[in-house]
Amino acid sequence: MTADLALIWPELILTIGGLITLMLGTFLGDRQVGIYQLSALLTLAAAAAAVVALFGVETTVFSGTLSVDGFGGFAKLLIYTASFVCILIAPRFFSGGMRAEYPTLIVFAALGMGIMASARDLMTLYVGLELNSLAAYVLASFMRTDERSTEAGLKYFVLGALASGMLLYGISLLYGFTGTTDFAGIAKSMGGELNIGLIFGIVFVLAGLGFKVSAVPFHMWTPDVYEGAPTPVTTFFASAPKVAAVALMTRVVIDAMGPAVGAWQQIIIFLALASIILGAVGAIGQKNIKRLLAYSSINNVGFMLIGLAAGTQQGVEGVLTYLLVYVVTTLGAFLVVLQLRDAEGNQIESIPALAGLSQRRPGLAAAMAVFMFSLAGIPPLFGFWPKYLVFEAAVNANLVPLAVAGIVASVIGAFYYIAIIKMMYFDDKSDTEIPAGGGAIVEDAVITASALWLSVIGYLFIPVLAVLSASAAAVLF
Amino acid sequence: MSGFPILSLMLAVPLVGAIACLFVGDKMSRFVALGATLATFVLGCILWANFDIGGAQWQFTERADLFGRFQWALGIDGMALMLIMLSVFLMPLCILASWDAIKSRVGLYMAMFLIMEVVMIGVFMAQDLLLFYIFFEAGLIPMYFIIGIWGGANRKYAAFKFFLYTLLGSVLMLIAMIVMIAEAGTTDIPTLLNYDFPAGMQTWLWLAFFASLAVKMPMWPVHTWLPDAHVQAPTAGSMILAGVLLKLGAYGFLRFMMPMFPDASAQLMWLVFGLSMVAVVYTSLVALVQSDMKKLIAYSSVAHMAIVTAGLFAFNQQGIEGALIIMLSHGVVSAALFFCVGVIYDRLHTREIDRYGGLAVNMPAYALFFMLFTMASIGLPGTSGFVGEFLSLLGIYEASSVVAFVCTTGIILGAAYMLYLYRRVVFGELTKDDVKAMPDLNAREWTIMVPLAAVALWMGVYPESFLAPMRGDVTTVVARLAPAKPAGDAHLAAGKPKPAAAQGETAHGSAHAGGAK
Repeated sequence: MTADLALIWPELILTIGGLITLMLGTFLGDRQVGIYQLSALLTLAAAAAAVVALFGVETTVFSGTLSVDGFGGFAKLLIYTASFVCILIAPRFFSGGMRAEYPTLIVFAALGMGIMASARDLMTLYVGLELNSLAAYVLASFMRTDERSTEAGLKYFVLGALASGMLLYGISLLYGFTGTTDFAGIAKSMGGELNIGLIFGIVFVLAGLGFKVSAVPFHMWTPDVYEGAPTPVTTFFASAPKVAAVALMTRVVIDAMGPAVGAWQQIIIFLALASIILGAVGAIGQKNIKRLLAYSSINNVGFMLIGLAAGTQQGVEGVLTYLLVYVVTTLGAFLVVLQLRDAEGNQIESIPALAGLSQRRPGLAAAMAVFMFSLAGIPPLFGFWPKYLVFEAAVNANLVPLAVAGIVASVIGAFYYIAIIKMMYFDDKSDTEIPAGGGAIVEDAVITASALWLSVIGYLFIPVLAVLSASAAAVLF
Repeated sequence: MSGFPILSLMLAVPLVGAIACLFVGDKMSRFVALGATLATFVLGCILWANFDIGGAQWQFTERADLFGRFQWALGIDGMALMLIMLSVFLMPLCILASWDAIKSRVGLYMAMFLIMEVVMIGVFMAQDLLLFYIFFEAGLIPMYFIIGIWGGANRKYAAFKFFLYTLLGSVLMLIAMIVMIAEAGTTDIPTLLNYDFPAGMQTWLWLAFFASLAVKMPMWPVHTWLPDAHVQAPTAGSMILAGVLLKLGAYGFLRFMMPMFPDASAQLMWLVFGLSMVAVVYTSLVALVQSDMKKLIAYSSVAHMAIVTAGLFAFNQQGIEGALIIMLSHGVVSAALFFCVGVIYDRLHTREIDRYGGLAVNMPAYALFFMLFTMASIGLPGTSGFVGEFLSLLGIYEASSVVAFVCTTGIILGAAYMLYLYRRVVFGELTKDDVKAMPDLNAREWTIMVPLAAVALWMGVYPESFLAPMRGDVTTVVARLAPAKPAGDAHLAAGKPKPAAAQGETAHGSAHAGGAK
């Protein structure tokens, strides 16, 4: 038992650090932004360092309920980094309204997400998922006096509870028909004949998880929650939990349901294509940039699921690379949205207000153009590469029709991405002034770094990425 | 020169120039862009001078394992060399052509043009399939900006149409490339050129490539983006679009589809011939009734490109060489014609043909150059157009006399619409006051016209300079296609060797057809 504790340092650090942050906020008061923010950032950095220190370890702890491996490590690093950035950008957004709960909740959410990414048992899976979700519900309604924010929180909570119900029902079916909650044990039973109970279990578990990754048809909450939640929280929702949920889904599908390919593959293919197409079509009419990015995230999850549908190691490598590039792009795009403020400092979310942005803020518009082209997957921007990898995996797994359908649907998605660029570059200036936001050096630095990385520079990192994602994906096979 | 990475340098110079243009301000950026394009042109000349005709197929090769899964592999053969020369030759002229016409956001404009140059020559240099695709697709981005920001009234629609149309085609090619890489286990283009894909697979791969390249060409019926893009693009945008971007499609046919999928190419020859025949006649007729000068030239481009595709799929030396010369000739001549339109557009700000007339009186130098390029477009002997059209029709005739017959009508129609355009714009009474006030060419416009005219004549009088580097490559492709080549209906019989003057006797008939315009 004590030996096991040495292997879950990241989780322990997050737990203790989260509690310390909570205490600091309680005793020093919400005014001491610098202190509790620093505490949360240090916690996340230390946890990330612990993950790096555990690199190469591949084992399970606590009687096989939690795994310590490269796959979880890869996901955790991404989750912690995204959480780190989301804490970093918050004080400027909330200005006077920053409270210590924000970094605390994000740290606890990160803890839950880490557990999701490492779960090897249906019970640990559920504990991690709920730890993350509960923190997320509160975060969504963080601006408690704002009607949209509270509405987002409530909506997220109700629909999230519904999804948890479905997931739990699926879990109970899987447990009932296999007699175990352990992934390896379930996989063993899946190897034999599939009875109707198991199939229902698979369907319900995937439906519950589909809600978490916001795959169509379980995506309805996404645009509303993304729009209503405060922008830093939306940034968080679009990045870290997406990584955790996709990683979790990958592990469940490959590890627990691996042998029953025929049963889950068609579900994943349906989710993938529906997400790509609906994510693209739904985005076209949007007038709010956060809603648009919500549809874009649905669309991108669809592409990740194509890699998962392949069910091969190559596919999982594609998914992991996709997650990394997606997180960088999403963080960058939301940081740009965060910088859009009118003269009074009010957040601008309407897309028509972006008109002529390239003349007011050329640097910001250029960065946004990079993010949009990258999300659309147009080479030479780096967003092309993960799309290539998932399509390659699908083709090599003999899913050519899926790849063709997916890639053709990606052209629909390109339409609204380039429509944003048209707005910024081709249209005349809108009436809304967007003055340069002073003093946001951190935000500018993150935007610049991610935009540069997503331009051609990213290609130089392919060999490193390939090694990392291959070693992470190899764990599952 | 061996060992010195001249190809990478040619990509780096405009790229550095592009980044510089974004930061040096509007006035300086013009000079930076001109300097960068001229430097690239000089490098191109050095490249041509050092190219060993008849030497190794791939020269100046560079290889660096930068990306893990695929390589930074560059190298050129004769075809690529000529198309690179075309690009680097047109680029400084495009910059000069936009010197005064572009007034807003000049730095961004120049940067986009330089990026365009990097991408275009990158396409011709790439020796790795994925690298090729990246360059090929990357061209969409700068062109989207060029049309969308500096274009005409309906520029946004045209930019969207251009982007989405070409993207939709290209993505299918990407899937085909993934299949090819999985099948052959390499992304190296020279290796793939000699890999025999299973016949059944070839058909699908061919169709996927065709979806992309036919849009780029553009072939009828997927050509409709081109007139919109041309009409809305700024003058230099049209020059580069017609001059080089349209050649990417034909280059793809010749570099990928024909040598990599010879069986499918032979099997689907009828499709290409059919579409080409329709395109030649249909788009020529459409061109005849246009009232917008740029649209007219855009439709004539589609017709010319159709002769290129027909020539390529003739599967013989003359047809392919002719197609290549048409590509080069059309690159120079159509760019020049778009510039001719741009010259008068800058003065009167309309492209309506009816608004002009009688320009020969007050703009004699302009009328002279416009005449030269009109003739070159028609294919008058002595100009570049003649050589290409004659050779390709000769090749097509060997493959199918029906196709040759239909394609030749396109040349007659071409003469009709070009001369009709010329008559309405340049001849006639000089009645309109604003037209009377138009001054003749200025020094800058002379600087652009003279090199274009010189090259059009050079190619017409001594095409061997351009044919020689490509001959070996065409022979390689023809040899690769030979096993799959269907029998033509020409039934050529070698005549008895007669002393002197007997050369080309067998092709006498079609020589008249080509010359009788």
